[in-house]
Amino acid sequence: MSAVEGMDNAHVDAHEHHHESQNFWQKYIFCEDHKIIAKQYLITGIVWAVIGISMSIIFRIQLGMPDSNLSWLKPVLGGWISDTGKLDPNFYLALVTMHGTIMVFFVLTAGLSGTFSNFLIPLQIGARDMASGFMNMLSYWFFFLASILMFGSLFLQNGPAAGGWVIYPPLSALPQAHPGSGMGMTLWLSSMAFFIVSQLLGGINYITSIINLRTRGMSFDRLPLTIWSFLITAVLGLISFPVLLSSVLLLIMDRHFGTSFYLSDIYINGEALPNVGGSPILFQHLFWFLGHPEVYIVLLPGLGITSEIIATNSRKPIFGYRAMIASMLGIAFLAFIVWAHHMFVTGMNPFLGSVFMFLTLIIAVPSAVKGFNYITTLWKGNIVFTPGMLFSIGLVSLFVSGGLTGIILGNSALDIQLHDTYFVVAHFHLVMGAASAFGLFAGVYHWFPKMFGRMMNPTLGQIHFWFTFVGIYLVFIPMHYVGIAGFPRRYYQFTSYDFTNKFMDMNMFISIAAIFSFLAQFIFLWNFFYSIFKGKRAPMNPWRSNTLEWTTPVEPVHGNWVGEIPAVYRWSYDYSKPGAKEDFIPQNIPYSQTLESNFPHENELIATEKEIEAQNFNDQFNSH
Amino acid sequence: MAAHVTTPGSVEPKMWMGGIEPMKASYGKLMMWFFLISDTFTFSALLVAYGYQRFSFPAYQGEFADFTFSNLYWPIPERVYEAVPFLHGMSLPLVFVGIMTFILIASSVTMVLAVEAGHRMDRAAVEKWMLWTILGGFTFLGCQAWEWAHFIHGTESGSVFKVFENGVEVSKTIFGANLIENQYGPAAFADFFFFITGFHGTHVFSGVILNILIFFRAATGLYDKRGSYEMVEKVGLYWHFVDLVWVFVFTFFYLV
Repeated sequence: MSAVEGMDNAHVDAHEHHHESQNFWQKYIFCEDHKIIAKQYLITGIVWAVIGISMSIIFRIQLGMPDSNLSWLKPVLGGWISDTGKLDPNFYLALVTMHGTIMVFFVLTAGLSGTFSNFLIPLQIGARDMASGFMNMLSYWFFFLASILMFGSLFLQNGPAAGGWVIYPPLSALPQAHPGSGMGMTLWLSSMAFFIVSQLLGGINYITSIINLRTRGMSFDRLPLTIWSFLITAVLGLISFPVLLSSVLLLIMDRHFGTSFYLSDIYINGEALPNVGGSPILFQHLFWFLGHPEVYIVLLPGLGITSEIIATNSRKPIFGYRAMIASMLGIAFLAFIVWAHHMFVTGMNPFLGSVFMFLTLIIAVPSAVKGFNYITTLWKGNIVFTPGMLFSIGLVSLFVSGGLTGIILGNSALDIQLHDTYFVVAHFHLVMGAASAFGLFAGVYHWFPKMFGRMMNPTLGQIHFWFTFVGIYLVFIPMHYVGIAGFPRRYYQFTSYDFTNKFMDMNMFISIAAIFSFLAQFIFLWNFFYSIFKGKRAPMNPWRSNTLEWTTPVEPVHGNWVGEIPAVYRWSYDYSKPGAKEDFIPQNIPYSQTLESNFPHENELIATEKEIEAQNFNDQFNSH
Repeated sequence: MAAHVTTPGSVEPKMWMGGIEPMKASYGKLMMWFFLISDTFTFSALLVAYGYQRFSFPAYQGEFADFTFSNLYWPIPERVYEAVPFLHGMSLPLVFVGIMTFILIASSVTMVLAVEAGHRMDRAAVEKWMLWTILGGFTFLGCQAWEWAHFIHGTESGSVFKVFENGVEVSKTIFGANLIENQYGPAAFADFFFFITGFHGTHVFSGVILNILIFFRAATGLYDKRGSYEMVEKVGLYWHFVDLVWVFVFTFFYLV
């Protein structure tokens, strides 16, 4: 039959194509290989993290040491430092805004999800690459374009966007309202539009790959929890980012074309604006419909990474595998129906507030299930304190302590007191900022050997962990007190109020702790870049882990596996199984080879092994 | 890297056991579905925003016959959209938009026929039905252009509204509509009309471009060579989605 012949030809062609040598541009720049794209995301994310955290250090100096002379920053900040060495107040607002935007979107969304979804999805589900390598490449370059625009806005004469990372109108809608609402805001909005396109291209790819490209035997109940978390994260992004796109487009119309979607009855600079009938609250609703799921887009990959690392390094199966999946699904569902808890003080009907409060507090249940499962996984485990493991345990600690204040803030009555104070800042930095950053660190330490074929220095990693862990708590625990004392967010300085005076020493303490934690990150940077080139050569499976990526060569080749993709016969958490020879059994070892450790129901599965082996219909190298 | 691979062996494949595309859908088709889910939320956000604004204005209270345009309440759609080309001066509420809607839905039918012809690998029929679909798309866009032109141009007499100018309340005759003011009602009425129908029109336009591309590739025999007309189906999904969105836009702007 001619059709069959055609297929065979295509088969041969495909093989030839894949062994074609690539030039520098194809290999490292416009690359369609998921591993390179993951590294591109990681490096870009690290660059953004350095910029974003440096900004926070500058405004922490301003807050904690208001009398200090900042002239030494003149070479970098130029005109933003006055002749007397003071930080420009408008630039302070820009710093706060850009710190938030950069850390939430560019570091913890793109840098975390982009790196690990790209790197781990094909490797852990047993695929040659993502479903569409081309779209994956586009996704990175749209992110790069968004980065260029955002970075460029830092150099504008009037400064970058300065209306807070939530860019509420009317402040953000009226260029005459604030220097940061001019060109800086225009670039912010365009950058975010490209960022959303990048997220959609990436997310669609992740979901499709997980559904279609799992290797034979990899049913959904054998997927590692990392993959579950990336799947749920991608779905969250797929549904919430388009809403931000709509709200941003309407805001652009208000800014440039005279519409009144968000504007009404405004009197500014001695002039009454013609806009009637718009509602700034509408923007807040639309924004937080993205903004709240975004919190989980940032956090869930970290939770998935942690599940994997804690199970591996406790040498125990994850406790409550299905409960972990169910709680992630629960969190994801609830994420979409709690957005208005960010808006308790917008004049919302108190009854509606109590509905959102109720839904918000329910999130504590699945979150507590997760916390419980992490601790019970650790319980009586044979714990190996690798740096990745330390950061994972650190994540659990931060997630619990930050989550507790979430219960306080979720109460609408308490939120009226605490809204827009440093209590809120401390809460979300612990539960979402630092926790997700710990997830990022844990992932980098754990998968570095697979990414670069070398090991990071574990001692430096442990030092980095303890400095960071202690530093983070020294920053954010006192910050809760400052918040309860009534310090509002986004204020340039607190020197002119009586009630703030007696907390200035605490504020200074927070700043010193922040600088200490910041400096500790250079240990990581040095360790990371040094180890890429000079680290010890990694073995194939340094953590004696079960998932499929550790069955690839030390540095996975194009297509990830030489020869056939391994089949999967068991879940990824067979650690310390009674009777087994080793304390781990990788997913690709059939039950027929581990008779000594099988449970009765697993012996029954031996019969299905031939069937699983034969079911090889989606290897991307065997099709055209 | 795609859909149909080696012939399944003697054993019945287990759909959710991995090693297979579980819903027998290629990655491209799945991606189109996920994109459409995502785009649903883009339009939902816009329509929710429209609803939020609309119900923050009072509705017209009096008799239908006494209705006049005012910027104090939301207009009745039958009184806004009542013009039809060549029938100047006649009040034909919602007739023209009904014709537009019929054309767009008809183009969805021809798209279904094109997809069906693709399944039969009938190149000539695919070309024919794709051409009808493209024609339907362009006709819809043309109708929308006329509708917009009429909306912008307005009626001959315009409406007299009280507006604030430089802090003083003045009476002013407004003709037609722009993004800042319009003769039909509050500014938000025209703002949302332009933005949402414009956003939908952009979707229709990109759909027509995609349809032309598919028509061209079918006509040059690419899909015959490839052995599959699946691309027609994927673009068909998008086209039906655009139609479905129009049904909602039509309902919310013209009917309620």
